[in-house]
Amino acid sequence: MRRLLVLTATAAATAFFGAPASANDSVLKLTQDPNQWVLQTGDYANTRHSKLKQITTDNVNKLQVSWTFSTGVLRGHEGSPLVVGDIMYVHTPFPNIVYALDLNNEGKIIWKYEPKQDPTVIPVMCCDTVNRGLAYADGKVFLHQADTKVVALDAKTGKVAWSVVNGDPKKGETNTATVMPVKDKVLVGISGGEFGVQCHVTAYDINTGKQAWRAYSVGPDSQILFDEKTTALGKPVGKDSSLATWQGDQWKTGGGCTWGWYSYDPQLNLIYYGSGNPSTWNPKQRPGDNKWSMTIFARDADTGVAKWVYQMTPHDQWDFDGINEMILADQQIGGQTRPTLVHFDRNGFGYTLDRKTGELLVAEKFDPAVNWATKVDMDKNSPTYGRPLVVDKYSTEKNGEDVNTTGICPAALGTKDQQPAAFSPDTGLFYVPTNHVCMDYEPFRVSYTPGQPYVGATLSMFPAPGSHGGMGNFIAWDAKQGKIVWSNPEQFSVWSGALSTAGGVVFYGTLEGYLKAVDAKTGKELYKFKTPSGIIGNVMTYTHKGKQYVAVLSGVGGWAGIGLAAGLTDPNAGLGAVGGYAALSNYTALGGQLTVFAIPQ
Amino acid sequence: MVSSVPLTRAGAFFLAAFSLALGSAASRAETTKPADPKPVKEEGGRYYDVDGAPTYNIKPDGQVDWLTYSGYRRYHAECHVCHGPDGMGSTYAPALAESLKTMNFDQFSEVVVGGRQNLGAGNDRVMPSFGLNKNVMCYLDDLYVYLRARSDDALGRVRPAKRDDKSKEITDAEKACLGE
Ligand code: HEC
Repeated sequence: MRRLLVLTATAAATAFFGAPASANDSVLKLTQDPNQWVLQTGDYANTRHSKLKQITTDNVNKLQVSWTFSTGVLRGHEGSPLVVGDIMYVHTPFPNIVYALDLNNEGKIIWKYEPKQDPTVIPVMCCDTVNRGLAYADGKVFLHQADTKVVALDAKTGKVAWSVVNGDPKKGETNTATVMPVKDKVLVGISGGEFGVQCHVTAYDINTGKQAWRAYSVGPDSQILFDEKTTALGKPVGKDSSLATWQGDQWKTGGGCTWGWYSYDPQLNLIYYGSGNPSTWNPKQRPGDNKWSMTIFARDADTGVAKWVYQMTPHDQWDFDGINEMILADQQIGGQTRPTLVHFDRNGFGYTLDRKTGELLVAEKFDPAVNWATKVDMDKNSPTYGRPLVVDKYSTEKNGEDVNTTGICPAALGTKDQQPAAFSPDTGLFYVPTNHVCMDYEPFRVSYTPGQPYVGATLSMFPAPGSHGGMGNFIAWDAKQGKIVWSNPEQFSVWSGALSTAGGVVFYGTLEGYLKAVDAKTGKELYKFKTPSGIIGNVMTYTHKGKQYVAVLSGVGGWAGIGLAAGLTDPNAGLGAVGGYAALSNYTALGGQLTVFAIPQ
Repeated sequence: MVSSVPLTRAGAFFLAAFSLALGSAASRAETTKPADPKPVKEEGGRYYDVDGAPTYNIKPDGQVDWLTYSGYRRYHAECHVCHGPDGMGSTYAPALAESLKTMNFDQFSEVVVGGRQNLGAGNDRVMPSFGLNKNVMCYLDDLYVYLRARSDDALGRVRPAKRDDKSKEITDAEKACLGE
């Protein structure tokens, strides 16, 4: 039965993508099979959409907990489990344990892998010790540990097939991200933007762990892998496009970290991802556009050479990392089907680009509270084409060092952080978990010490003023027009990745710990269940023995656990406002647990 | 012992940091309640309590001394990503506004300089060692004074609105410490 399904799915995949990629396309085939979940993002296009439809808008209210599993770790649990055949793979935050659970035997542990890592890596990871999960390819499960060791585990036994060290935590290099297997390589990123790391994406040979290529975000062309054909907004970027936008050697501590998600278009053979903030957070200390921080990259999957780039927030002044997922979907725009890439940036703009050429098609605010820029200049003849038009009042560069710039929306954690959105080809809509938080930001001078935080700004964050008082929204977005279709207010930031299903149901988790199911068309809440801890993990779905399950990791923490634990207040509102916003600690407590739901027969 | 000369103190901590970095980080020890926060001495815009530990000086109209203000800024740059806004704690690090109720300046400094590890029970907690970080070491007094004011409820969850000017002594000491 299972085999038959896989075969049909394979046939469909080949038909859809035409000539199959010459090298290994096993992952492509597996992602076409909705019964399994082999990549964190569901598929290479990062849609997080499942074709499963046993659970529908009509019956989702009958959902019940089928089984649960405690991970034994109490920190923030991001990412989701994988399901490959009859085995579920569950990962944890530091120390990054991996469990293989037997779905045929009530989740019995088949094997457990627990790496030994130096605990001094813990405080180098800014903001909790999260890990966004595993990936599966060719009989191996890939883990990228906090200490930057990349490990390939035999999926059947948990034995280490190979491992390679990607960075040095002593220099501030750590990892929180998942990896992405593409053809004969595994792509991995790195964190350390708050430590002045010069960040990169690296491709390792999927069978041996040997490095194939490494592409930095900032630096000379030889390091960022740009050539004469690399374009930005349709024009070649020219020689040394990054170096020219930094003062002196500052690019060497320039950041541009790569801790987000990766997508892949097998037809164009391009991979897509975004880079993070330039270091430090004090913009005065690093004049220039600081390219290519805050940038969407399209790179050749085999060589790493950049085809096109687009910098969303030149010369960042607010910590609006550009690392959020790039969702690949073909959409009708201006009467034409365009191969688009949709990206919801921390800076509050939802971007739609042509993923083949890098042409900017739509850039609109996906939260009306966003105020740091009036809009993105869409006039091709304008000297500021493609750039955000920054409002002076909210420019921490203009206001300068030692000045507190107040009321900037969104806050540094962005209108959306890494928590991935979903796209439903059925409704044509994007489902986006968002933050509704603003901030005061005061940059000041800092000195750089290798391996020490290199921040240089004071932040305070508070719920968006003049709104519903909550700190989040869950929205449906039309990326063709750049418009919000519906928006559900949430008391706390929505820090959980969404799942869209062919049953017309969209799922997401909340920081209080609810798993929620809403109608994809209207946003109407159809079901909710309070899991043991706050949810910052991503919802996934699979089948076992023909039955559809929905699974999510609970375990409050992450960046959301910083401010929200004690509640956020407006520092300018005076003493009267203290306690005006409920603290998350009144709703939930630490705990790492997997909850699996199904409709009872 | 608490030295009243800020520069020597910073220097001593750099040394302490080196020796601590070699051994394992300090483990949680007994702590002592600080003395009455009332300042008994003022020196170039800095205030000290009876034990000679740095303390805050907040006037009835809410005007704070420079160190309290500076501590607010430094805290929200260097510490709040773990310890939460306004010293209120996060899901993975303690509320320092609580901790400082029973922690004197030396004990506070020891943890910040040397760091601390608390491993196990599925919740590995590590306080980094800041002994080599000038952006923290040059502002130890400031951080302590700010958090002390928070722990006594002398300062609410607000950004101090009014403050004393930065004295020449404080400016000079900062420059010397940063090596500028
Ligand atoms: C990377 C996260 C992180 C950062 C940044 C950090 N701390 Fe900590 N800190 C911790 C953790 C975790 C603990 C608790 C360790 C334990 O459980 O023993 C801690 C403990 C402490 C304690 C002891 C509290 C107690 O109740 O015993 C003090 C004091 C302290 N930190 C001060 C600071 C100051 C000041 C800063 C900023 C300069 C700072 N910390 C920055 C993680 C951090």
